Amino acid sequence: MLAIFIKRILFAIPVLLAVASITFFLIKMAPGGPFDADRAVSPQVLKNLNEAYNLDASNWEQYIDYMSGLLQGDLGPSFRFPGRSVTEMIGTGLPVTFELAFYAILIALFMGVLSGVLAALKRNTYLDFIPMAIAMIGICVPTFLMGPLLVLIFGINLEILPVSGWGQLPGDKILPSLTLGFAYAAYIARLSRGGMLEVLNQDFIRTARAKGLTERMIVIKHAMQGGLIPVVSFLGPAIAGLLAGSFVVETIFQIPGLGRFYVEAAFNRDYTMILGTTIFFSAMIVFFNLMSDLAALWLNPRSRDVS
Amino acid sequence: MNNNSLWSDAIYRLTRNKAAMFGAFILIMLIISAVLAPWIAPYSYSYQDLNLGASPPSAEHLLGTDILGRDLLSRILYGARISLLVGFVATGVALIIGVSWGIIAGYFGGRVDSVMMRIVDVLYGLPFIIFIILLMVIFGRNLWLLFGAIGAVEWLTMARIVRGQVIGLKNQEFVMAARAMGVSNLSMFRRHLLPNILGPIAVYATLTIPQVMLLEGFLSFLGLGIQPPMSSWGTLIKDGVESMEEYSWLLIYPGITFTITLFALNFFGDGLRDALDPKTSEN
Repeated sequence: MLAIFIKRILFAIPVLLAVASITFFLIKMAPGGPFDADRAVSPQVLKNLNEAYNLDASNWEQYIDYMSGLLQGDLGPSFRFPGRSVTEMIGTGLPVTFELAFYAILIALFMGVLSGVLAALKRNTYLDFIPMAIAMIGICVPTFLMGPLLVLIFGINLEILPVSGWGQLPGDKILPSLTLGFAYAAYIARLSRGGMLEVLNQDFIRTARAKGLTERMIVIKHAMQGGLIPVVSFLGPAIAGLLAGSFVVETIFQIPGLGRFYVEAAFNRDYTMILGTTIFFSAMIVFFNLMSDLAALWLNPRSRDVS
Repeated sequence: MNNNSLWSDAIYRLTRNKAAMFGAFILIMLIISAVLAPWIAPYSYSYQDLNLGASPPSAEHLLGTDILGRDLLSRILYGARISLLVGFVATGVALIIGVSWGIIAGYFGGRVDSVMMRIVDVLYGLPFIIFIILLMVIFGRNLWLLFGAIGAVEWLTMARIVRGQVIGLKNQEFVMAARAMGVSNLSMFRRHLLPNILGPIAVYATLTIPQVMLLEGFLSFLGLGIQPPMSSWGTLIKDGVESMEEYSWLLIYPGITFTITLFALNFFGDGLRDALDPKTSEN
């Protein structure tokens, strides 16, 4: 167990360094400099700017410079917002995005596990069909459609919830969290239904029944531990998806989080910001994948014994 | 049934599956109308009736018009061309990369296999959506790059599936016999291995198309995908969102079309999987 843990962490480090290097050189290949976008600046100003941002050094020098900064947690200055560093901007956006993702995951787990387990227990009844049909909708209606539709219904027609913002009006966190959480609730519902069905047919459940345990006890103590392993291993990749979803949700609801910063940076060609957030996102995703793999490994007694 | 091959069996089961047949019907209709869009669309996608502006659905414009007075039905039909094209071409790219990768890794095994699959594992763990955005930003938003970028992301699962299948096949007698007869690697892949794994490939390809279309919609929605004057369903939804407060039909109709298509593809893909592998449908 510990050996696997250490091995995986040691493996993640070169991967992240490779990601950082590839992204760095990809961005160097981009046509045009960051300062020739909207208005022309005089050659002297351009020269000063390039000097200030160390852009006239050779690519290798810049690379070594950047990587040594990176190792100290310094992602360089933002090209678009003079005087602000990328690290600082990530610092302001991250708590917002984390909060949004946290609510979304909570909603997804609650709705998904509840309906998935229920559907498995009441297999082939309307308690199975209806939640699974809703889950199919959740999978087929993309976030970028779900969000606007919820705004249209609850924000514009019914006028009961704010249409945008984050933490400014009461209840303005509800629609974004729901939008982001719903698609995952759907996946989790399907995964937990499938996982539960598989477990419920196994011998140890029959043993538990034969022992005379109550059905509630069987489901909660015995079946769910095994049946929800697929959900746990889904959570890691789901974080990556949540991140992409946060791009959309934060754009729709005008939430000042990391996702919106990233999309804006992409539009503004704020190269240092793109570079910094890409590396940061990669690190986060590698970390969460690692966590969910290890959690699934730990939950599965069979793999616990082997290691 | 007198012909009991895998495929005729599967087709029989597939035709019995109502949801899958319904999905197939919708898809065929969609593909036909997308191909025939220039002939069946009531207006050109760029024809503007500026006097009209945004108008709700009416007899002349069945689904209404957008702010520039362009017929929404026509734009949805033309959008289907782009959205479906992205769906099929990008899936094709993913298919080519994933199948070749999986066959090579599975067939040669050993160190080749472990290195190749390790690469897949690593790529799995990276935020690919960000790399697509990065590529679109750096190299400009062009359609071919979009195909390539999306295809380059979606091949990983295909590689894993194919590898698993090939490992199961390679120790069977017919493969050994072929090897003993000195069949070259290339024709081994093409003539002996590929035909035997077409089923799982077809299933996974069908299920990849909706994912690819979602990805394209996502990028277009953010303004990083298809660029005007071309329009896909993603860009139509994006435009619809911008004016949904006054002109809600501009969001609702493209949204319904997109969702129904994804439904149809998922139903058909699920049906195909159940038909080719009846074991899984027992759950």
